[in-house]
Amino acid sequence: MSETSSRLDLEHVDPDEVREETMIINMGPQHPSTHGVLRLLLELDGENVVSCQPIVGYLHTGIEKNCEYRTWQQGVAYVTRADYLAPFFNELGYCLAAERLLGIEAPPRAQVLRVLFCEMNRIASHLVWLATTGMELGAISMMLYGFREREVILDVFEAATGLRMNHSYFRIGGVIMDLPPDGPAQIREFLRVMPGRIREYERILSENPIWLERNRGVGHLSADRALAFGVTGPMLRAAGVARDVRKDEPYCGYETYEFGVPTASEGDCYARYLVRVEEMKQSLGIVEQCLDRLAEPGPVMVEDPKLRWPAQLEVGPDGIGNSPAYVRHIMEESMEALIHHFKMVTEGISVPAGEVYQPVESPRGELGYYLVSDGGHRPYRVKIRDPSFVNLQAVPAMLEGALVADAIAVIASVDPVMGGVDR
Amino acid sequence: MRPEELAERVRARVPEVTVARGEATVVVDRARVLAVLAEVRRDDDLAFDFLSSVTATDWPGRAPRFWVSYELSSTRHRHRLRVKVGIDEDDARLPSVTSLFPTADWHERETFDLYGIVFDGHPNLSRILLPDDWEGHPLRKTEELGGVDTRYKGAFVPPVDRRTT
Repeated sequence: MSETSSRLDLEHVDPDEVREETMIINMGPQHPSTHGVLRLLLELDGENVVSCQPIVGYLHTGIEKNCEYRTWQQGVAYVTRADYLAPFFNELGYCLAAERLLGIEAPPRAQVLRVLFCEMNRIASHLVWLATTGMELGAISMMLYGFREREVILDVFEAATGLRMNHSYFRIGGVIMDLPPDGPAQIREFLRVMPGRIREYERILSENPIWLERNRGVGHLSADRALAFGVTGPMLRAAGVARDVRKDEPYCGYETYEFGVPTASEGDCYARYLVRVEEMKQSLGIVEQCLDRLAEPGPVMVEDPKLRWPAQLEVGPDGIGNSPAYVRHIMEESMEALIHHFKMVTEGISVPAGEVYQPVESPRGELGYYLVSDGGHRPYRVKIRDPSFVNLQAVPAMLEGALVADAIAVIASVDPVMGGVDR
Repeated sequence: MRPEELAERVRARVPEVTVARGEATVVVDRARVLAVLAEVRRDDDLAFDFLSSVTATDWPGRAPRFWVSYELSSTRHRHRLRVKVGIDEDDARLPSVTSLFPTADWHERETFDLYGIVFDGHPNLSRILLPDDWEGHPLRKTEELGGVDTRYKGAFVPPVDRRTT
């Protein structure tokens, strides 16, 4: 890939203008601290960053285009692979948008399960952020602890959905199945140990001289500039703006949960660390409230047979699959059930024509789904407004006059997930 | 604020406003897009100071063929507005809104990359997701979903559906 029409373009640079002392360095796309395949074109004057240009696209997989060629239900399996550290949020944004087009709402229990899984997912995502940031800034023990605790969350996900990532657990009209019988106990055990673990992280990092040196005052982004760049999520809240889609435009009944929106005022990497750690604590509180609400049984999918997925699924050794009892039913007992199953699976549901934009608060900020239907069986347009994609735009501004070592801390503090950036 | 009330307030500034599924949408023509975005941003009752997203949809065979939509929100009032602009196939260009909303930079580059819509006045309108030497704009409905030749060790491997062995 060559750079055109940028000030770093080597082909069109007047040789007399090039200052001999600056150096152009490629950081990435294969670099351990670029969180995937992010490439930074850095112009360096010794140790100082003169300019920086982020280059993305190495992980473009055409998710939006693919969705146009699949049924509405199949779209869930595509979008969950976009921001792969926040799969539930992608599924949620897509399903909520499709449900608004259909004019339906998931049953209350499904909404509680959605909130529960999203908040567990937020903790898991922030843990990966804490672990990788720790690794990059020299706190290797934090890396080990972060991934250790994330594993516990992934075990919960695996028990409920059959998969550790890319779950396709939220479906249009609800969730695919209820928690397994031992699910609540598993989550309660996690809630019991996790607060102590978070205190441990804080003991390791919050007053650690190296951590402070690498993060405090680094990558400063003021609230005004953050808003101008479209930055959302913990990065914006660390600059003092309490913007959170869960509070501003509640979905899935978030207005009925008690939780705070942590903010900080410094707007530097350290403030982002404080905000994310506090968010993990808030999410633990929401998960606890979800568990209390789950005491009440109820359906987890809409009843309408024209909308709900026809099969009864259960978790097998390789993920979710049709239950043997259901296969027996359609193959041996009921011709009508087989016809219905065939029609729903091959043709899918049809969605009334229209357009919606549905934002949800992902661990990285406002994740928006803009869905357009032409009334057919396939989405006409699926646009994913991914927060990492937008937040990365602020990197050059945060690196103005910084040291090259700060680039590592700054990128880490953005927490970009390239699967979401490139889609 | 309810979307109908918002629509009333917007109507005072921009008459072409509709409400569907709880969302207010304004349709403007290309010449006015910058002025309208600046207007709804400046107005204290509206204060749309945050641009969430810019994207397009493609409707081949219709006029206009492309609809570009801007998702606006207000950090003060917590409400949202969509501004839509229709543009024709043979003159698929729009003024860039990067001067008003710097965040539009990458959104417009993406829309250019995937739809071939040109944003006049953009500081660096180049491809963002696809390689610079890519031909075509894959999110156009006229482009098929399908593989392209993959270069591997100097030779080209055809896509899966066109392999003979």
